[in-house]
Amino acid sequence: MSIATRSVPRTIGAHAILLTYTVIALFPVILVIMNSFKSRAGIFGAPLTPPTPKTFDLIGYTTVIGQGDFIHYFQNSLVVTVASLFFVLLFGAMAAFALSEYRFRGNSLMGLYLALGIMIPIRLGTVAILQLMVASGLVNTLTALILVYTAQGLPLAVFILSEFMKQVSDDLKNAGRIDGLSEYTIFFRLVLPLVRPSMATVAVFTMIPIWNDLWFPLILAPSEETKTVTLGAQLFLGQFVTNWNAILAALSLAIMPVLILYVIFSRQLIRGITSGAVK
Amino acid sequence: MAADIRPKRPFRWHIGVFLAPAVLVYTAIMILPLAGTLQLSLFRNIEQHQVFVGLENFRMLFGDPNWSVGFWNALRNNTWFFIIHMLVQNPIGVMLAALLSSPKLRFAAFYRTAIFVPTILSFVIVGFAWKLILSPLWGVAPHLMDLVGLKSLFTPWLGKEQYALTALSLISVWQFVGIPMMLIYAALLSIPEEVIEAAECDGITGLSQFWKIKLPLILPSIGIISILTFVGNFNAFDLIYTAQGALAGPNYSTDILGTFLYRAFFGFQLQVGDPNMGAAIATMMFLIILGGVCVYLFLVQTRLRRYQF
Repeated sequence: MSIATRSVPRTIGAHAILLTYTVIALFPVILVIMNSFKSRAGIFGAPLTPPTPKTFDLIGYTTVIGQGDFIHYFQNSLVVTVASLFFVLLFGAMAAFALSEYRFRGNSLMGLYLALGIMIPIRLGTVAILQLMVASGLVNTLTALILVYTAQGLPLAVFILSEFMKQVSDDLKNAGRIDGLSEYTIFFRLVLPLVRPSMATVAVFTMIPIWNDLWFPLILAPSEETKTVTLGAQLFLGQFVTNWNAILAALSLAIMPVLILYVIFSRQLIRGITSGAVK
Repeated sequence: MAADIRPKRPFRWHIGVFLAPAVLVYTAIMILPLAGTLQLSLFRNIEQHQVFVGLENFRMLFGDPNWSVGFWNALRNNTWFFIIHMLVQNPIGVMLAALLSSPKLRFAAFYRTAIFVPTILSFVIVGFAWKLILSPLWGVAPHLMDLVGLKSLFTPWLGKEQYALTALSLISVWQFVGIPMMLIYAALLSIPEEVIEAAECDGITGLSQFWKIKLPLILPSIGIISILTFVGNFNAFDLIYTAQGALAGPNYSTDILGTFLYRAFFGFQLQVGDPNMGAAIATMMFLIILGGVCVYLFLVQTRLRRYQF
């Protein structure tokens, strides 16, 4: 190591810049969560101080829980995300296996066809997707959202998973074949367990945009029954523009589940990105 | 078995079984609607019938002042939105990644995790949180600017026509800077130690090492980030919709193609929704994105030198 890479001022400078940016990144989030626990006077009187016994107040949370049907929205989001994730991972892994394992005519063409969707956003087909959903009576059902998100997640999943499936040893699969295992058994019992880490990476990548999406819930499933938490929060925030306690509490309630999941899975996510899964 | 006299290669049904679900869902929900949308843009609803009108919808979109003013405005705004991302988001992302990847940096994992937090939040949260912070009612932004003696510069940025779009672009940059940071960070980590050591032996260290050795090696990743930014920006909708509503106020100054498409397709307030014009706008977005992707694939990617280690 040369002296230059270890010099003290350089290290301090690096920390200063990174710390500054960390503050910029976290400040709005912390500000919102902090103020959601305060009374109205506290929010406006001293927005930058943490709640003190004098300003501590849960009025915002009681309003939100009393007014909005957030538990129900939350369930909808959960159903949509988990179901789409399941189909993306299952179908994506199956297709990735077919593309990476077998040589057949049209293999690379099929790979290219499936990869199209990585670059072209599914949103551009919305006009016809809505017509399709109206025609099949799926408007305002969670099924519509699950179908759309499955289609949206598949291209990237197939792409990433087939890269990983190529690395599974051929000897293992051939040993399985000699033992008389069917191709299906080889896929489900031998290959899938081996690519589990990359499945987790794909899962995280697929999950975040689905959970946060506003466009398709707004267009395909805006009814009270099928609102997702993102859409519910959007409408709720629009209604309570002047009730700052309620707005801050609703924002915090929307932030916290994602933040907790992120803290749990951040290692997985970051390892996934930095291991070169997305090149 | 010995008695087996199958042909050399029986039809392998399992390939079809493995491929079918993904291909079916993908084709039915993504490719066909996309094609359907392109097709719809060539039709118009005349007396409850879809009539083929050729490029008439596009002529209206570009020429008829009812549409063209909005369209060119949205396209111009969208381009500015993209330029801000390229000029602010990606350089900051590269800089943060370069700092993070410096050897023996302590707390690197903490910084990495923290800076990525905004990226996982939904647009609804981001849009509203920033709306509150920049609101003159709450006074957080003026108060903060007062601390550094810049209070006089504060104006309600989101409410002023000349600043709103830039302010929103910067909010979006704040949200997504984690993505270029992570991808570049990954690229920097994959540069082999020997290359760096060789540079150090030649006396190339610090900043000049970054410019002369590392930057050329991560250019392919920068190319990918640029195209990802391009696709993401020309497809954006949620942030503007949450922060400024479907009318993309003030006075359409933050209108981008996504919000323009939404209003054209569904209608809003006095405007009546028109699926065919919506399809025409979506087609234009498709062509713009396709154009960008082609430029990237055929001009940029082939010219970037990839180094294999």
